[in-house]
Amino acid sequence: MSVDVAELSSRSRVHYLNESYGVKSWLLTTDHKRIALLYLVSITFMFLVGAAAAALMRIQLLEPNGAIVQPETYNKLFSIHGIIMVFFFLIPSIPAVLGNFLVPMMIGARDVAFPKLNLLSWYIYVVGSLFTLYCVIFGGVDTGWTFYTPFSSTYSNTHVLAAALGIFITGFSSILTGLNFIVTIHRMRAPGMTWFRLPLFIWSIYATSVIFVLGTPVLAITLVLLTLERVLHVGIFDPALGGDPLLFQDLFWFYSHPAVYIMVLPAMGVVSELVAAYSRKRIYGYSFVAFSSLSIAFISFLVWGHHMFVSGQSIYAGLVFSFMSFLVAIPSAIKVFNWTATLYKGSISYDAPMLYALGFIGLFTMGGLTGLFLASLATDVHLNGTYFIVAHFHYIMVGGAVMGFMGGIHFWWPKITGRLYPDKWARLAALIIFAGFNLTFFPQFMLGYLGMPRRYAVYPAQFQVLNVMSTAGATILGIGYMIPLIYLIWSIRYGPAAGPNPWRAKGLEWQTPSPPPKENFDETPIVTEEAYAYATSPPERPRA
Amino acid sequence: MNGVAIRASAHLLSAALFPLRPPVASTIARSVDHLYFALTGVTLLFTFLIFAFIFYFMIKYRRRSEDEIPQEVKTSTALEITWTLIPTLICAGLFIWASSLYFKDSRPPIGSTEIFVVGKQWMWQLQHPEGPREIDQLHVPVGVPIKLTMTSQDVIHDFYIPAFRIKKDVLPGRYSSIWFQATKVGEYNFYCAQYCGAEHSAMLGKVFVMRQSDYAKWLAEQSNGVSMAQAGERLFAQLGCATCHAAPTGGKYPGLAGVYGHPVKLSDGRTVVADDAYIRNAIANPGSDLMAGYAPSMPSFQGQINEEQLLDLIAYIKSLGAQESQATAQ
Repeated sequence: MSVDVAELSSRSRVHYLNESYGVKSWLLTTDHKRIALLYLVSITFMFLVGAAAAALMRIQLLEPNGAIVQPETYNKLFSIHGIIMVFFFLIPSIPAVLGNFLVPMMIGARDVAFPKLNLLSWYIYVVGSLFTLYCVIFGGVDTGWTFYTPFSSTYSNTHVLAAALGIFITGFSSILTGLNFIVTIHRMRAPGMTWFRLPLFIWSIYATSVIFVLGTPVLAITLVLLTLERVLHVGIFDPALGGDPLLFQDLFWFYSHPAVYIMVLPAMGVVSELVAAYSRKRIYGYSFVAFSSLSIAFISFLVWGHHMFVSGQSIYAGLVFSFMSFLVAIPSAIKVFNWTATLYKGSISYDAPMLYALGFIGLFTMGGLTGLFLASLATDVHLNGTYFIVAHFHYIMVGGAVMGFMGGIHFWWPKITGRLYPDKWARLAALIIFAGFNLTFFPQFMLGYLGMPRRYAVYPAQFQVLNVMSTAGATILGIGYMIPLIYLIWSIRYGPAAGPNPWRAKGLEWQTPSPPPKENFDETPIVTEEAYAYATSPPERPRA
Repeated sequence: MNGVAIRASAHLLSAALFPLRPPVASTIARSVDHLYFALTGVTLLFTFLIFAFIFYFMIKYRRRSEDEIPQEVKTSTALEITWTLIPTLICAGLFIWASSLYFKDSRPPIGSTEIFVVGKQWMWQLQHPEGPREIDQLHVPVGVPIKLTMTSQDVIHDFYIPAFRIKKDVLPGRYSSIWFQATKVGEYNFYCAQYCGAEHSAMLGKVFVMRQSDYAKWLAEQSNGVSMAQAGERLFAQLGCATCHAAPTGGKYPGLAGVYGHPVKLSDGRTVVADDAYIRNAIANPGSDLMAGYAPSMPSFQGQINEEQLLDLIAYIKSLGAQESQATAQ
């Protein structure tokens, strides 16, 4: 009976989901929460396209001679997979979905600083995606997501321009989103919300936004130069035209290494929120965790050369970049230790979001430590360009960023939709994803050490057993991702009403009804305490 | 006894399913592996510690009642400093180890045997100075340092021999080099490790490490009597280089005897050593690094000769260094 009352109240109450209806009310909305949902639908679609490409790749690699497609097609599959997953899923995932939904609510604001610009960012993202989908449907691109010259500028005869243009356009969406968050966090905090009372999610989104604004223009310039060379044959990168191919790599990685932190920093922010909420503790070493986000953002701009240790870069440059790469490991380690220490003497529950958060900590630890193999000059020479690299960055990107995204979606889903999902299914899915992930990518570390180069459509038979294991893991991982897709959609209609704070978590977003009203808060909140003040003012048991 | 059994079964398992480590067949392979094992140790140790703490805390501090609110734990600055310093020290140690290993082996020993590598979509051409040319195969003697000088005819490739733990990008328009000294007779795979287009995964081959006497025999059998320098000399005549550059040049054009490996003064005041890269550039883009005192009258040969021919010409010019350097001095 009690559920029915809550159900009734959530239906009768006016909130951001039911305050207006119709396609127009969504496509012309300036509400950050609705824009977050527009992003959620678009990036999920792109994720499915990228995942389909990955599935075909893993089937291909079941057999040394290639099970299903020609090498040309395989090359297009891994290019599309990389381009879509990096630029159209991972980069916008947490910032554009959870960031959009949560940044104003967490700081006690009604919206972001520039709501119309926020909607524009989404449209820019959609236009960029359309170019990329055009490229996928009408023949594909075969340069890899890295677009190395002179292959991409002179030799490839696939849709390089459409793909580059798609990424170029989407870049502006990132820049505008980053700008919006920076201004919002500086200018729109509620009374009493000082910098050191901010949830750590905000610190990590702030650090990410700085990278968006500083890094993305370099990528845009690089792609323009690539286009100039490809279309007008201006010699920039191709030595046959008087250019320098390493210049492209320098420019590309100057953006694309920080981009790795664009993908993982927000996930770290999510994990801080989850660990605090499910152990009912203030994050241990709050200011150390906050400043480690900023130092990661800063150092991330100084490590790009570690992608180029075997490229012919000077060995002295190699030395400096190796040093900086070791340095970036330290703030990452500090975060891991502080999250773990937060559990100490906590009150830990194992809800699905917490399983994702703990999975993140474990997998990110492995991903980070295997990064040391690649920061080390002598071992990088052997491992660079092999499956070891593929395994390492998937531990960071999938084990880290995607785990963080899944954890975040599960944590805030009741806030976003006002509904609860079936907890048992959610926990089962989290475990399946964890197992499938490890079976997919751990064998790839071994493949890399054995010397299997990445981006091979066919391969020597000695590598088959490990490849079959990896494909088996990918199958499990794929099933793991399908389960949440089903029960989350199911919960929108059939899930029980969540109430304002089903997890009894701290944070302004939990003090407003679920789903929140259009203006987020009925009255502007006044902040009188630090973040995660569980010990001093614990949230009450949700009233039935 | 137990250890032997475990090792034997591990061996059987890896032989049945997949090898656990690539062949160890060069002078540096073992030391790279030692670093790799140390890194693996650090990774396993920290991963184990983090997982152990997480599991321990999860069980010990599991929520016992819905209304349980734990006490606050104050952040200890001493602890923060400790766990900042420990990874810093470990990282510093690994950095020094890895960098010194890399630096020690970054330059080929003087007197290494030189072999030339040209990558092109999608094959490897390997050229021995004595004349033999190979495609997707490389025969080398065991126990002798070998320097590979490499370039690409088109896009960026990468020459990778896992058994030797070496790899280097092969770029168009410039020479890169790596070296190795094989320690075990046998056959080892090499791969292209930089994505280069449609048939990238077919751009691989085999290194044949031979006993030194076998290698000498192989060279003699394969040789058609024309060394790279001799092939270069023919080209020098065919392409008309001799018209201007054959000694004596009369001072209007630079003579080539004794140039290789020596400093040359450029018209913009710089002095550079006339190495492979300089000579390659002087043929492909003659106007760019002009020698002081000469007019920019030479046509570019870019696009008219391929990378193998460029290497032959360089070998020829190099051979002029020894035999005629006295003649120029007079």
